[in-house]
Amino acid sequence: MHSLVCRSFLVGAISLASCPGWAQDMGGPEGAVKAPEPITGEQIFHQVCQACHQADAKGATGAATVPALAKNHNLAEPGFPIAIVTDGRGGMPPLHLTPEQAAAVITYVRTHFGNHYAKPVTAADVKLYTGG
Amino acid sequence: MTDTPDNTGAAVPATKTSRRKFLTAIGMVAGSDTLYQAMTTLGYGAETQFTGAPDLSGAHTGSSVLVIGAGLAGMLAAYELSKAGYKVRVLEYQNRAGGRNWSLYGGDTYTELGGDTQKVSFSNGNYVNPGPWRIPYHHRTLLHYCKQFNVALEPFIQFNHNAYVHNTDAFSNKPVRFKTAAADFEGNVAELLAKAVNQNALDQELTAEDRQKLLEALRMWGMLDKDMKYKANLISSSHRGYDRAPGGGVDGAPTPSTPFPRSEILNSGVWRNIAMFMNEEMQTTMFQPVGGMGMIGKAFAKQIQPMITYNAKVTKMIQDKSGVTVTYTDTGTGAVTTAKADFCVCTMALSVLNQVENNLSPEKKAAIRAVPYGSSVKYGLEMKTRFWEDQDYIYGGHSFTNQDISLVSYPNYNFFKEGPAVLIGCYSGGRAAMRLTGMSSAQRIETCLQQGAVFHGDNYRKNFITGAGVAWNRVPWTLGSCGQWTEETRSTHYQKLVEVEDRIVLAGEHASYIGCWMEGAVTSSLDAIKRLHKRALEA
Repeated sequence: MHSLVCRSFLVGAISLASCPGWAQDMGGPEGAVKAPEPITGEQIFHQVCQACHQADAKGATGAATVPALAKNHNLAEPGFPIAIVTDGRGGMPPLHLTPEQAAAVITYVRTHFGNHYAKPVTAADVKLYTGG
Repeated sequence: MTDTPDNTGAAVPATKTSRRKFLTAIGMVAGSDTLYQAMTTLGYGAETQFTGAPDLSGAHTGSSVLVIGAGLAGMLAAYELSKAGYKVRVLEYQNRAGGRNWSLYGGDTYTELGGDTQKVSFSNGNYVNPGPWRIPYHHRTLLHYCKQFNVALEPFIQFNHNAYVHNTDAFSNKPVRFKTAAADFEGNVAELLAKAVNQNALDQELTAEDRQKLLEALRMWGMLDKDMKYKANLISSSHRGYDRAPGGGVDGAPTPSTPFPRSEILNSGVWRNIAMFMNEEMQTTMFQPVGGMGMIGKAFAKQIQPMITYNAKVTKMIQDKSGVTVTYTDTGTGAVTTAKADFCVCTMALSVLNQVENNLSPEKKAAIRAVPYGSSVKYGLEMKTRFWEDQDYIYGGHSFTNQDISLVSYPNYNFFKEGPAVLIGCYSGGRAAMRLTGMSSAQRIETCLQQGAVFHGDNYRKNFITGAGVAWNRVPWTLGSCGQWTEETRSTHYQKLVEVEDRIVLAGEHASYIGCWMEGAVTSSLDAIKRLHKRALEA
């Protein structure tokens, strides 16, 4: 099983520097899979967010809850999703998106699924938080 | 190449004998403790921290423990604590024990978060292990309890030279045998390094004598010819495979194969696979339970069955001076109940515990919050025939690809048998797993069929009967595969996470340095209950 937190998803910039020396069980070798990086907010939502938050962004509940992104008032203030996408939260890992990707997907979610926060979030907004 | 006990010309046996004699002599003269010490000094015997079942003697009569979670960590805690005299009760969210130790068989139903329901229809005896599927020989704690609980084990074919590697950037997008790509990589490295030595590039590093030793090593390891070249001949073919294999009689002579161009090998990424097999956790010998990994969970559950309450969704865990009170909802009836005990071993996934109301310290809560959970997807595909055995001569092991499915892995039992068999159609992590998880179960299977065809062509879809598997981010009771520590979070939070806090201790793979492995769960469990027992004796 892959360690999300110790690999970078930037194409050609796979870094094992922060990986601990012990190994988890996983399918293929670390960093072997090659796929085009998603660019648009919609692509990023489908390839990343949807796994846990579901295609309709309504989340789901079992022993615990994956929160809904749909109709989510916490998205009104961009700083909130920027922090979560960057740092993760509880079971959710940091997503290792570029500032451009983070901005695109946050803007996408803030303007879809019953959210109507029209003002786009920019890469500059993300960098302000990440210090990048 | 003939079958020889050691590498041709190697003088190893004499050395081995003398070392063994030496150790035996120490054992006889100084006793086994000293022998163990000597072995450790020589680099042996340090592969596990397991020292046997825990000593929990002296438990106070009537003292009670509530265990949350009937995975391996929880069940082992329940087994050892009840054996020691504690009154134990186990609360489990699911309607079965085992946790991530799990096999899906024909007749099983599984509903993931979001509601996608699979009705598994594998034929009798076939299964897929969605979570753990292989046990390294040095996972001594798990193997100890497997033996004690009569879990039958068989080999897991971890390393198969004849399986494939595929990379979209190499070999014209076609799969090649692992042995072929590995031979060419090693042959090229050997040839280049030999060249550097012979061009005197390493004279600063090596004495003349060591240069000769290294050249000889490279010649033998890299399958080089007398001119130190890795070329199309019977030497390299003895590693990478022949164009025409050796046989008997008049046409018995083999035809050598031709190595791939160096640039192709560098594009292939095969060193990743070579390196993966070097990792201690991936080294042979590996095992699997006969009949599915879930046999371990079943064997553990058999030991403690009456203690388990199923369908119990824990919503609150509060401790005070008098004990621990846990509130849970019966997922069938909706009835809310509390359970009380003197102590609690909590083995819930941190991704779930993070959402359970509790009065643990802020530092403990921060540690629980600090560990995100990984993405992983594994699906089994049932095929009508064993075409990978009949046509590709692949018996167990893995074919690797840089597509999202990451690998195809072949069944390790019922070799040469007729009838349907289940192979692993994908075992993905990271982003690849997220992409697969975002799909419906039917779409995941379709992706497996499309991408896996790179190894087996039309056979793959033609033979397909049915598929089943698990995307771990959508597992209702974990929300992910397992805990993902970094060196940073380890140094800030790990000790806080594992420390006994008043009456509660956490256990599970997330509370170990063998994360995501069953051995991590069971070693964590034993350590946790030893410390909890000590605390109980002090109380």
